[in-house]
Amino acid sequence: MSAYFSDVLTLAQKDLRLELRVRNTVPAMLLFVVSALVVFHFALPAGSSDLAAKGMLWVAIVFTALLGLGRAFVAEREQRLLDGLLLAPCDRSAIWLAKTVSVLGFLVVAELVALPAFAIFFSGIDGATIAGVALADLGICAVGTLLAAMAVAGRARELLLPLLFLPLAIPIVVGGVGASVADDPGRYLGFLALYDAVFAIISWASFEYVVTE
Amino acid sequence: MSTSLRNNRVPLAAGLAFALISAAIALVFFYAPVDEDGLNQKIFYFHVPIALTAYACFIWGAWKGLMHLWKGKPGADLESYVAIHLGVIFGAMTLITGSLWAKYRWGHWWLWSERQLVLFLVLFLFYSAYFMLRFSVEPGPQRENLCAVYAIFGVILIPISFLAIRLANQYIHPIAFNRHGPQMATSQFATFCVCLAAMLALFAALYQFELAGKRLDEKLRELRELLA
Repeated sequence: MSAYFSDVLTLAQKDLRLELRVRNTVPAMLLFVVSALVVFHFALPAGSSDLAAKGMLWVAIVFTALLGLGRAFVAEREQRLLDGLLLAPCDRSAIWLAKTVSVLGFLVVAELVALPAFAIFFSGIDGATIAGVALADLGICAVGTLLAAMAVAGRARELLLPLLFLPLAIPIVVGGVGASVADDPGRYLGFLALYDAVFAIISWASFEYVVTE
Repeated sequence: MSTSLRNNRVPLAAGLAFALISAAIALVFFYAPVDEDGLNQKIFYFHVPIALTAYACFIWGAWKGLMHLWKGKPGADLESYVAIHLGVIFGAMTLITGSLWAKYRWGHWWLWSERQLVLFLVLFLFYSAYFMLRFSVEPGPQRENLCAVYAIFGVILIPISFLAIRLANQYIHPIAFNRHGPQMATSQFATFCVCLAAMLALFAALYQFELAGKRLDEKLRELRELLA
């Protein structure tokens, strides 16, 4: 078991080190999320409620995550790294878990900027919203990493991922928006936790089939 | 040979579907009582069975996908694809009949408070992406695996989306419609059951037909390769 987690840790460190050296995902996500918030300011007519702005925050989060996920397997594809990883004597699901962890790390960094920026530009953020974002991040990264691995197998990679991901992201948006706007966020947070658990297990179990023949 | 045996199922299934659909239409228009909604209510006998059949298609497709991944059954990938293909067609028909019903019942083509309809829209988008995935990957073992995993994701998405749409209605539309005013009479329920059986038979017939055609295509391709 500890061997499994040390594999995950090694693989995740590889992704983080790569990002620290090349820096081509996180800065793009940061710039994108701030630009999106500025666009949303102009998309909401004067007098729009804070509730509408909260909804926009979730749109920004989902699309920023999509940007990061689209880059997740680029190195694996361009350098033919995936073949090497598959030859390595580690469990295939460890590759998925490591990638999920690194994408989650990137997304959290983007949100550490996005949430304060949202609070400055629009309205304050409460604890329920932060809890909702944290839970939603887990689901987005777990499902998104699996779908990103699927999308790189196809010809129309960049085109394919949003099409595969958005229908699966609808429940996350429902849970997240509900947690930020409803009076009783508990049931929405519970729903997000359920989504995370179900789809994390399924993704963990099925990743092997996605990358092998 | 097994192929000729399988092909014999097509006329049988088609005949059964034809008989059941004729019976269903006769029952809907001549036997089932007209309730307070008048003739508009008749679309119920088509809309709901089509929707249930679409679910059956998706579940059958995911089951075949699971069989492919688990047991490695040859041909399960094709069966899964044909079932999902038909599911998308039945899903589109659900959206159209539902939209028509909503127009005559409430005067709008689309109601976000109609949970089943919204669920079908989400599923329709999800399974349309299935085609994009399938046709952007080269045919081969990897494509079969990807499609099977995606099909299994679909049946898990059905209850999750159902729950999500229920939750979303609480902050989008606080008041829910009471769709089925009075309870169904026995004659209505019997008619409904025949309609459901008819739609399922139609699915079975189309499934066998499509599968037979696809298998023939595959065989033809193999023969051509042998000749070349």
